[in-house]
Amino acid sequence: MRTTTALATALTMGAALPAIAADCTIKVGVLHSLSGTMAISETTLKDTMLTLIDQQNAKGGVLGCELEAVVVDPASDWPLFAEKARELLTVHDVDVIFGNWTSVSRKSVLPVIEELNGLLFYPVQYEGEESSKNVFYTGAAPNQQAIPATDYFLEELGIEKFALLGTDYVYPRTTNNILEAYLQSKDIAKEDIFVNYTPFGHSDWSKIVADVVALGADGKKVGVISTINGDANIGFYKELAAAGISADDIPVVAFSVGEEELSGLDTSNLVGHLAAWNYFQSAETDANAEWVAAWKERMGTERVTNDPMEAHYIGFNMWVNAAEAAGSADVDAVRTAMYGQEFPNLTGGTAVMLPNHHLAKPVLIGEITADGQFDIISQTTEVAGDAWTDFLPESAKLVSDWKGLGCGMYNTETKSCVQTLSNY
Amino acid sequence: MKNFLLVVLAALLLTNAAPAQTNPVQDVLQSQRALIEKSSRRSIGPAIDAIVSSGLPQMQEVLEAWRAKDMWQRKSDGFFFAAKKNSDGTYALQSFDSGASVGDFAKSDLKQLKPNSGIRAMIATALVQFQLTDPDISKRSEALDSIARDSEAALLAPLRASIAAETDPDLLVRKIRLNHLMTMTYDADTASRVEAINNMAGDLGVDYRGTLNPLLSTKIEITDIGDVPDANIATDLRPGTENFSRQTAYEILVAAQLAPPEVTVDARDAALEANIVAGRVGGLPVAQLSTEIKRNAAYDTLVTDGLAAPRITATDIDESLAKHRFFEVYAEPSAEVTTAAKAALAKSQSRVAVSQAVDLGLDALSLASIYFLAAIGLAITFGVMGVINMAHGEFIMLGAYTGYVVQLFIPNHTLSILVAVPLAFAVTFAAGVALERLVIRWLYHRPLETLLATFGVSIALQQLAKNIFGTQARPLTSPAWLDGAWAINDVIAISYIRIAIFILALLFFCLFLFIMKRTRLGLETRAATQNPRMAASMGINTDRVNMLTFGLGSGIAGIAGVAIGLFAKVTSEMGGDYIVQSFMTVVVGGVGNIWGTLAGAMMIGGFQKGVEWLNPSNTLAAQTYMIIFIIIFIQFRPRGIIALKGRAAGD
Amino acid sequence: MNRSFIARNPSVLVFLALLGLFTLVVSVLSEGFGVGLISTSFVKTLGKTLCLCLIAVAMDLIWGYAGILSLGHFAFFGLGGYMVGMWLMYERTRQIVVNSLAEGVLPPTPEEIQAAIGNQIFGVVGSSEFPLIWFFADSLVLQLAFVVLVPGVLALVFGWLAFRSRVTGVYLSILTQAMTLGLSLYLFQNASGLRGNNGLSGLQNLPGVTAPQSAVSLWFFWASALALGLGYLLVAWVVSGKFGSVIRGIRDNEARVRFLGYSVESYKLAVFTLTACIAGIAGALYYPQAGIINPAEVAPIASIYLAVWVAIGGRGRLYGAVIGTAFVSLVSSWFTGGQAPDVNLGFYTIKWVDWWLILLGLSFVFVTLYAPRGMSGLIDLLVRKSRGEDT
Repeated sequence: MRTTTALATALTMGAALPAIAADCTIKVGVLHSLSGTMAISETTLKDTMLTLIDQQNAKGGVLGCELEAVVVDPASDWPLFAEKARELLTVHDVDVIFGNWTSVSRKSVLPVIEELNGLLFYPVQYEGEESSKNVFYTGAAPNQQAIPATDYFLEELGIEKFALLGTDYVYPRTTNNILEAYLQSKDIAKEDIFVNYTPFGHSDWSKIVADVVALGADGKKVGVISTINGDANIGFYKELAAAGISADDIPVVAFSVGEEELSGLDTSNLVGHLAAWNYFQSAETDANAEWVAAWKERMGTERVTNDPMEAHYIGFNMWVNAAEAAGSADVDAVRTAMYGQEFPNLTGGTAVMLPNHHLAKPVLIGEITADGQFDIISQTTEVAGDAWTDFLPESAKLVSDWKGLGCGMYNTETKSCVQTLSNY
Repeated sequence: MKNFLLVVLAALLLTNAAPAQTNPVQDVLQSQRALIEKSSRRSIGPAIDAIVSSGLPQMQEVLEAWRAKDMWQRKSDGFFFAAKKNSDGTYALQSFDSGASVGDFAKSDLKQLKPNSGIRAMIATALVQFQLTDPDISKRSEALDSIARDSEAALLAPLRASIAAETDPDLLVRKIRLNHLMTMTYDADTASRVEAINNMAGDLGVDYRGTLNPLLSTKIEITDIGDVPDANIATDLRPGTENFSRQTAYEILVAAQLAPPEVTVDARDAALEANIVAGRVGGLPVAQLSTEIKRNAAYDTLVTDGLAAPRITATDIDESLAKHRFFEVYAEPSAEVTTAAKAALAKSQSRVAVSQAVDLGLDALSLASIYFLAAIGLAITFGVMGVINMAHGEFIMLGAYTGYVVQLFIPNHTLSILVAVPLAFAVTFAAGVALERLVIRWLYHRPLETLLATFGVSIALQQLAKNIFGTQARPLTSPAWLDGAWAINDVIAISYIRIAIFILALLFFCLFLFIMKRTRLGLETRAATQNPRMAASMGINTDRVNMLTFGLGSGIAGIAGVAIGLFAKVTSEMGGDYIVQSFMTVVVGGVGNIWGTLAGAMMIGGFQKGVEWLNPSNTLAAQTYMIIFIIIFIQFRPRGIIALKGRAAGD
Repeated sequence: MNRSFIARNPSVLVFLALLGLFTLVVSVLSEGFGVGLISTSFVKTLGKTLCLCLIAVAMDLIWGYAGILSLGHFAFFGLGGYMVGMWLMYERTRQIVVNSLAEGVLPPTPEEIQAAIGNQIFGVVGSSEFPLIWFFADSLVLQLAFVVLVPGVLALVFGWLAFRSRVTGVYLSILTQAMTLGLSLYLFQNASGLRGNNGLSGLQNLPGVTAPQSAVSLWFFWASALALGLGYLLVAWVVSGKFGSVIRGIRDNEARVRFLGYSVESYKLAVFTLTACIAGIAGALYYPQAGIINPAEVAPIASIYLAVWVAIGGRGRLYGAVIGTAFVSLVSSWFTGGQAPDVNLGFYTIKWVDWWLILLGLSFVFVTLYAPRGMSGLIDLLVRKSRGEDT
């Protein structure tokens, strides 16, 4: 049905478009929550995927076949993610899945994807310490976001005392662990690192903000590294603004606050606070201008773009190119063709898919502006994503190399592969 | 950076008129072009020095433009200009040298310089000397901000010089305070430093403590046992005491290479692996080394064979420790200063502790008022009428979204809040009346089923809000006069929005008391609740009374929604955050009594802040313990803090 | 005795026969048997639904028969899942770790193995030491015993405290809700030692089992069907005897039963604890099929939904609880799964993903108001009608 409609469209639009063969479709699974707590973030990514698939179909599809999106709703329910992934792979026979946001949902899906040899593109910045044969991680690993941002704090802002504030779940926990180890390796004493965890959706921030202000009492410059997730940020920034903390006194750099999250806030009191990502909507390139325009045209002018969207943009285009290169949408063929795939970033430069299933991408640091956007003040060259962090002793000895070693968790000390399937 | 001020002063004196040169400013900037383009705090110093020391009068303007991100570079020749955006999207460039317009350029021909806040702080420091005596009061204030953030010895002299001429009383106070603070650290004369410290002893300011603490920073040093070090010693450290274990002491010795390191498990295993010969090591077959005991035995054999480093025994550690003396040394050489600083700080600390307790109390009060506000509607519907309304949280949400929608139409925040509050009341009042008429009225005798039916309403309302407003959080912005915080001192502060919520909660408390005790509706409500049939036979229209009471409770929830939305967030799921807490508040306090609800809110808020204070790194734990506490509390006082007695208690 | 029990309750036999038939049909049509008409993912869904039916039966016992509206039974369900999940996770990791350490030069010591397992399980949540509660995780037998014991003991302690203080009615409902909220908040903490928000994952992969998921899913499906059958039988037996009469009496008028000399508290406590144990077993079978358990599973909303299912199915009838649960959870996954066709009204398209919850909420209000007996009331009506035609 969809195929014939598309065909009809192609025909009516004339010979300018490459013809799409009517007898084949390639199915693309979209596994993002459309309801429940995570819908706030993930619905946008579903729309991103539909936009990308429509754009690709307008260009003639992949391998002469039309792409068909299969959208399911795992409803922010983590076990349901596994169920829906199985459904996508066995009932709908999709060739590739784009999906997930939270780490726990990814961990839920992993065993299913590995068992059924599926292919998942995961677009969100995450804590690392994982490399599955069947997952491509197009978001940032800690060394592509947290470490550069911390370096920026240390070198450019001269921060001597750190408050690591996070929501109590695995991404902040692991990231803060890595950062604690990293900061201590940079001669920041343990007493100068204050760590706090709050529940999801926390709204009573007065005590924590007061604690942060009190850190300044020993005369060291204080900075906040925030891994606070989702709408808890709204209360946090409101309290920060109310306490009159300017970015010049106590700068806050956030890893989970993007354009989308700022749209729920009046940012005029937050100007100058920071966020680190691989993408900001304000990036000045032609590709980005085109992408933002296409997005706003489809979704409405008040909608914004953000980093995970770019991750899907890169991931999807790499998958298309890899499938074309492999001459097939078969998972193993595409995976082999993925290594070394290059695609231009929306922020300039080129992203490269590495054998550890992570991307090499530039790291950007932006300052919040009064209109809810970010002013990019620092952009590095491409940084290679590292699956196993070098700053924790247990994972420093691990590497991931699916191309050469065929192993995602290779112990360089014993020179052996710890596991080829993930232990979730 | 340290000396440039002197150079500047000299340069300023020597310069009388602008030289006949064409573009002196541009020349200086071009000479520093590479550094300016690189834009890193670590390397920008010389460029700023060069700009300041050029002594050109336009340089203040250059620095200010640069800091404000208004300095742009023309891509064709790399020249720097001040830029202003035109209405058509192009940029009008202006020469720094002459102030003359250079023309309009497209954005693609230009590059904006974006100094990061580290560089901006350095520029601000460089600007201080220009701004301290600037006629513009905001610029003088900016200069003081900059000094307060990054003070430097070189700024002390200009600051002192500017005090005499200061006309604004507020700024004068700040200047004097800064002068004191900087004197403590930077003055050459020990006596005046001590005097400055003593003058401010007991002060609560973060800046004051932030100045004293670095004076008292110490590091651990080691000497041989007999030596007397030539330093300002803070304390002698004895290994084996509580704060300085023998282990730590020995590790310090090892780090200083004054003692051999202990053999760790890793080192032992590495030695074993290195000495495997023909499948055996230390006299044992490798396959047997699967226990710690065997591995230790094999290692000991290696040691006796001289193949591995001997283990460090307790006696070795004792000997090494006995040979050395450990002590903490102040970085500050002057003992007079450190003694004074220590005494002054101790004085401050005790006052800080009191202030922190007060601040915590304020936080607890504020949290309690939020809980109270969220629960007061429930205190009416559940407490007085005995109706379990699981959709109460959704009424809060409804109120908050009403506030959001009002702000879409009325951009003035003050006016919009004034409109939103009664409107939210009206909307949720109507919703409450509708709920009562359509659902609850049929279930007055089946309380458990009211719970389930209203839960159905709750999930439907929540999803409806999602369908209408989307899943993203919506902004609800408080008026400017509620921005900021009321700071009693540097420790005690509470944001105005929280004060407003507190006042609102108080207001509703009084309103509730008034309605229940002084009005006909209150009388009728109480009558209808206690004995509906008797009330009806006395001529009270119980249907109408129930409807109005329920509407009132719901309406108050709507107003609470506006308040909560202002201080936290507006999402379709915000109701869920408050529903369980609100029920707890009412139940813990004691059903049917507004004083009980108040007490319940106070207890829950206070308890939660107390746990947070005990365990500041984990707020989640505070909430968990609070729930456990409530469960246990209810076991012992099933009817709540303030239990109704006699017939009013009903069943 | 037993015979007369069955004879007095023909519906039990009918139910068991239908359940057996259903199990047989699903098995034959499943992928595991090669027919493949029913996909593995659907077998898992059906197996999980059977587990939910089991806890619904327990819920019906405590709410429909004893009149105690517990809004916290998913806490017990979750605990059962956690207990079994600990062993699954530990044992699977142990096998990986032992294989990996065998590659080293020195043979691993028990301490090294333990440390490596700890690091694999907890490394991802930022610690590597084994919390005390994992002490018995290496023993399948003990962990299986905990599936019943831990929920049972929690229910016993909580119930004893609550019933002793005569907390009843809505107060008890709110208190049980607080209990499950407290448990979920506790589990959310990393310090709880159960991997915080991430929970325990990969539970569908049984350690040492190489059979494909199509087979494993069937095993669990059978186990769930068996558990449901046994649970149903047990509860039906409990409510049919004198015990059943007493708890129904408590539901209808607690004071009167107390005056008759019965220890109301003991009866309530027994029912509360028994249902908690059944819930624990249901959870232990559910989560290996779901694959992951985490604190969100025991959030208060889950237990409220349980009450919704039972209410829609019809309280006070065990088959009503089963029908309601199976119907609502399956229909719910159909509507949210994207398969339900959108309804185009011309000016507005109803997308079921968006509107299903509204429909559910409103239908729930409807059922409470107009059909307090739920779907089983409909069945009663049909049965009565057919009998009327027979005679």
